[in-house]
Amino acid sequence: MSKNNIKVALIGNPNTGKTSLFNQLTGLNQKVGNYPGVTVDKKEGKSKLSATQNAIITDLPGTYSINPTSLDESIVLKTLLKKDIKESPDVILVVADVENLKRNLLLFSQIKDLEIPTVLAINMVDQMHKKGISIDLTALKEELNTEVVLISARKNQGIDKVKEAIIKCHVAAKATPMCDNNKIDPEYFEKLKAINPNFSLYELWLMVTQKNFPEGITKVQKEQLLSFNKDVSKLKKYQHKETIYRYQEINKILKKTYLVNKNAATDVRSRLDKIFTHKIFGYIIFLLVLLLIFQSIFDWSSVPMDFIDGAFANLSDFAKSNLPAGVFTDLIVEGIIPGIGGVLIFIPQIAILFMFIAILEETGYMSRVVFLMDKIMRRFGMNGKSIIPLISGTACAIPAIMATRTISSWKERLITILVVPFTTCSARLPVYAILIALIIPNKKILGFYNLQAFTLLMLYALGFLSAILAAYILQKTLKIKSSSFFVVEMPNYKIPSFKNVFLEVIEKTKAFVFEAGKIILALSIILWFLASNGPESFKNAEKNTIENIENKQLNKADLQQKIASAKLENSYIGIMGKTIEPAIKPLGYDWKIGIALITSFAAREVFVGTLATIYSVASDDEDTSTIKQKMRSEINPETGKKRFNFPVGMSLLVFYAFAMQCMATLAIVKRETKTWKWPLIQLFGMALLAYISSLITYQILS
Amino acid sequence: MSTIASLRIGEMGYISEESLDLIPLKLLEMGCLPGAEVQLVQIAPLKDLLYICVNGSHLAIRKETAVQIQILKANL
Repeated sequence: MSKNNIKVALIGNPNTGKTSLFNQLTGLNQKVGNYPGVTVDKKEGKSKLSATQNAIITDLPGTYSINPTSLDESIVLKTLLKKDIKESPDVILVVADVENLKRNLLLFSQIKDLEIPTVLAINMVDQMHKKGISIDLTALKEELNTEVVLISARKNQGIDKVKEAIIKCHVAAKATPMCDNNKIDPEYFEKLKAINPNFSLYELWLMVTQKNFPEGITKVQKEQLLSFNKDVSKLKKYQHKETIYRYQEINKILKKTYLVNKNAATDVRSRLDKIFTHKIFGYIIFLLVLLLIFQSIFDWSSVPMDFIDGAFANLSDFAKSNLPAGVFTDLIVEGIIPGIGGVLIFIPQIAILFMFIAILEETGYMSRVVFLMDKIMRRFGMNGKSIIPLISGTACAIPAIMATRTISSWKERLITILVVPFTTCSARLPVYAILIALIIPNKKILGFYNLQAFTLLMLYALGFLSAILAAYILQKTLKIKSSSFFVVEMPNYKIPSFKNVFLEVIEKTKAFVFEAGKIILALSIILWFLASNGPESFKNAEKNTIENIENKQLNKADLQQKIASAKLENSYIGIMGKTIEPAIKPLGYDWKIGIALITSFAAREVFVGTLATIYSVASDDEDTSTIKQKMRSEINPETGKKRFNFPVGMSLLVFYAFAMQCMATLAIVKRETKTWKWPLIQLFGMALLAYISSLITYQILS
Repeated sequence: MSTIASLRIGEMGYISEESLDLIPLKLLEMGCLPGAEVQLVQIAPLKDLLYICVNGSHLAIRKETAVQIQILKANL
């Protein structure tokens, strides 16, 4: 037996419990990587098949067919068409839903024709009885000429049989096609087959229809294959014929092996559908679900967030008092520890949001929301499926933008990507929280509603409305032609599996921490460097301050603070702030706020940390109340009044609502759109909007 | 000629052979085949997105697609 790991590709229709099977096979033993060349996440996990044999299982995106209509699905084609021999699977494991076996077998038949050893796992067989389904397994194995296993992934039944079947299939390694396209037009397909006999007929046919050419196809052969592509209508007709032919074959097989007693079927689905897709109740329920999510994000996360906040402040203190004083300690205490803390503090909120999204997806409710929202979203140039990224965007734009991959129309997908950063992501929260606390009085309106909470809610509404409005403008201005074909499956309602939700939350949160974390960490180190170094004037700042006659009467603590301020003013970052001061003065900001604006172009939440450093609060102390007090007592030297008065605060709130201040998001947009054009449009468009809106806000209010 | 879009909620029909070339490949692959029985389950608010059940698949499609798929009404 081979000591090498068997490479298994897991593939199946969406909503067939593919993820459950993957989780059962691999447990926590999984990781997310990138496909070489294509930057789309792939999930891989190791599974112990027997005492001597392991397998590497790759979870491919759910798809109904090998012919892709979205970015997600094209990954499947690329993996199966042996573009890279090292990556190509030894065995394909197809998961099918017992209730929808006919449609699931279409994908199976296509895969079978690639002549790769294939195992069919029929899932959710625990439901068979209830649905009145019976299967003749022996006959089905024979008809399909492959290993077939009945499993129930959620109940952890039949997983061992899957493992056995994989080994058996790998050892036997025989793979015969299921359908023969020759029957459609013998002359046409004989000619196609003659081009390269090393590939199966179906593989060659896919190369023609999908224009995707693996290694092993020479230039001449490529030209020959492309010549088949000239007659597009014929090609389309043959694809249609092929699909009908496949279904005929499948029907023949199922007639002999699969029986449904329709009377046994109970119908919970239609009753739930009547409520969830109702033209009035449907929207009310959706609204309530959203309210519940937001409420939970704030309520449940405050305790763990305070804990993380406190823990990092203590860690800084501990490091400061236990490490020898010096530049390196400063870097750790003032740069790295607050930097890491700044990322980790978002984990509770993000995890809660991902948990809700995973539950909504698992239960099948999300498809009902898509159903309710498609027409409305289409008026704004998006599509029903855009609702998922827009909701996810309130946690973090990065996973939200990745969630747009299921949208097949490029224009609708692009618009969704471009407007997602307007939604109020969790990185804006610390900024909003501190500014609201400074300028909005903590009192009740209408007797019960907290004015500060109401302001925050309004900022969320502002974010969502500007996303919708921006989408509308983009729809009118973007001249992109793309097909608008749209279909979404309405899956059965299911009780979410704890394991699936848990693993999903872990994986997404981990991705956020590493994607955003790298940048925030790097940035806080750079910021620390720029703030603690400077040209000649920086080096003299301390001496000049001490020698200044006005400062002679000051006590030691006040003098220290003066020195720190003078140092900051003359540091590199201080000089940068001074440079942009003329441009931001009309918005009500001074050079110190300017510094925070510059640094928070990398990540919004850096704003609070930067101000903390700037207002010479001991920067290892992340406690917001001290930062708040410092900000409250900051005086505008020109007016002699408070720096953070109502107009300035409002102007800042508006600025942070609109500005695109997140390098990680820009990097993701570049990755997903494959050009710098769109992230740059996003960056400058949103910055311009933020500047103008803040200018208007400040000028009106002051 | 009636199409999927002209069905009322709960009504059934059979997809006609003539519309084969007009059905998008993806829909065909999802079970929307000529000769198949199709039922209109629900219509979304604003009259768009039709929720249909065909060949065991529950799908939501846009009206612009539905008007292209001709059907023979069941009990008529």
